[in-house]
Amino acid sequence: MLQDLRFTWPGRASFGLSVPEFWIGQGQSVLLLGESGSGKSTLLSLICGIVTADRGRVEVGGCDLSTLGAGARDRFRAERIGVIFQQFNLLPYASVADNIQLPLRFAPERRNRAAPEEAAALCAALGLPEGITGTTAGRLSVGQQQRVAVARALIGQPPLIVADEPTSALDAAAQDSFLGLLFDQIAATGASLLMVSHDERLGARFDRVLRLADIASTERAVA
Amino acid sequence: MILRLALGSLLARALTVGMTILAIALSVALFLSVEKIRTGARASFADTISGTDLILGARSGSVQLLLYSVFRIGNATNNVTWQSYQDIASRKEVDWIVPISLGDSHRQFRVMGTTQAFFEHYRYRGGRPLEIGQGHGLKDLYDAVIGAEVAATLGYAVGDPIVVSHGLASFSEHDDQPFRVAGIIGRTGTPVDRTVIVSLAAIEAVHVDWRSGAQIPGQATPVDRIRQMDLTPTAITAALVGVKSRLQIFGLQRWINEYPEEPLLAILPGVALQELWQIVGVAESALVAVSAMVVVTALLGLMAMIFSSLNERRREMAIWRAMGARPATILGLLVLEAALMAAIGAVLGLALLYAGLVIARPLVDSAFGLWLPIGLPTARELSVLAAVIGAAAISSLLPALRAYRLSLADGMMVRI
Repeated sequence: MLQDLRFTWPGRASFGLSVPEFWIGQGQSVLLLGESGSGKSTLLSLICGIVTADRGRVEVGGCDLSTLGAGARDRFRAERIGVIFQQFNLLPYASVADNIQLPLRFAPERRNRAAPEEAAALCAALGLPEGITGTTAGRLSVGQQQRVAVARALIGQPPLIVADEPTSALDAAAQDSFLGLLFDQIAATGASLLMVSHDERLGARFDRVLRLADIASTERAVA
Repeated sequence: MILRLALGSLLARALTVGMTILAIALSVALFLSVEKIRTGARASFADTISGTDLILGARSGSVQLLLYSVFRIGNATNNVTWQSYQDIASRKEVDWIVPISLGDSHRQFRVMGTTQAFFEHYRYRGGRPLEIGQGHGLKDLYDAVIGAEVAATLGYAVGDPIVVSHGLASFSEHDDQPFRVAGIIGRTGTPVDRTVIVSLAAIEAVHVDWRSGAQIPGQATPVDRIRQMDLTPTAITAALVGVKSRLQIFGLQRWINEYPEEPLLAILPGVALQELWQIVGVAESALVAVSAMVVVTALLGLMAMIFSSLNERRREMAIWRAMGARPATILGLLVLEAALMAAIGAVLGLALLYAGLVIARPLVDSAFGLWLPIGLPTARELSVLAAVIGAAAISSLLPALRAYRLSLADGMMVRI
């Protein structure tokens, strides 16, 4: 939940973002539509606690991020949020298993929640071939990499999944099956999902579809 | 897991990482081998003469006396009269005494007149005696025993004739009385290798017709007559002395130094060697400094390599950050990678050193008479390795701090 939020990038007065109010209910899936450069990524950084707002509140799971220090926010992110990027999600030199378990390294509570075989189980549930966990991530196809990224976001059942255009690197057919798998898994864990995209066609599966322009206003100096 | 990921990250960049590690390994090997050669040279230097308690000569400086009597560098300021020599030789403390007479040369090598006792009492490298590899010792008046380097440089074999020149770098030759190579001494790594040894009597013999450094015109005593002459010298250059009991060394030294008939000097070879090494030691420090700079250069290369990798790894940093890694973790990761590279480089360098030692040791020994010990790494060598790893970690802090700031600024968003 975001309230009366205002943010400017430090040192870059040219871009500011303000969000009067934005919230996601528990277990809800929300698609946030916006053109590139509209401040989607900035919003995600705020929600993940990588940057802090100049004013207003960012509350995730009842915790006000602005009350936390930088280290505590990093820890909070590791414990409570699963992140999926557009592409190049994985450490290419590490094995699939290490990639999936990476967030657990920084989140002891989430590590305790995760079952020992969870990485392999998630891989199987996401339709990845058996025995893939030992493979080096850089050798996988883009589609497989995105599914491994989903497994990494889901491991240890964080209450919020944040996805930044995870399907943009996939073709239409792959997009559909990818979203199917993603929604199945999120439904299984009961997590909330916030996905940002510029692609309106994805909207059908989501509980709510919002446009960034409707919830936030951006300020941009004329170049 | 972090260690495994760091190793994986290094493996993924095998080529650049390999080159950096190789540079570190080579520089470490160079540094360690300079250390080895330095300590080896120092030990070998100190081993030039052993078993001799006192060196006796005309009064000058102790380093000078050591230089001309043992290293055959420079000249004696004065001689010791045969009378004084006899006086000292007859002292009850004296166990043995070997006279040395210098002043003539053969090509670029010094000729040393002495007695058979030299071969019995001269010791090097912790008590090793001289060994005559080919031929025999001084038997005939005109026998010469040559050092290994003399034989190797001039291509001499047993039985070859040698003509001794008067003085050093002079054109007047004692060609009326040629010598014969009677024996060749095995390589010792000491100045003996560069010496032509003849008997004390032979030095007298070649100078029978000489007065004040020049041959008396028209006078040439036939060799047969010389052989029958009394060839007891009137003076010698120096003498090596062994005493019966170590306790008597200082007493005898004092007695010689206060000898009323003639100004004499007796020195302890070990002490004089130490003094001399302090002079030579400057070059030694320069050598260490240069090889240390090579190590520094390799570490700078490591730093440059990390710097240049930062940009392509920003994406990776963003992943780490998104997974909840703190900027400090990213800093630590880079420092860990640098330390790992340095550690691998250090171990590889050590392996290179030992491989080099095994191959080069016999060659160095035969070419320079320098014996390099192969043993477990010394505490000093280990501390050098630790210092290299520590320095690598410290030098990686600079790029790591940059990564820290980049990852703070980038957050999870890096657009590639």
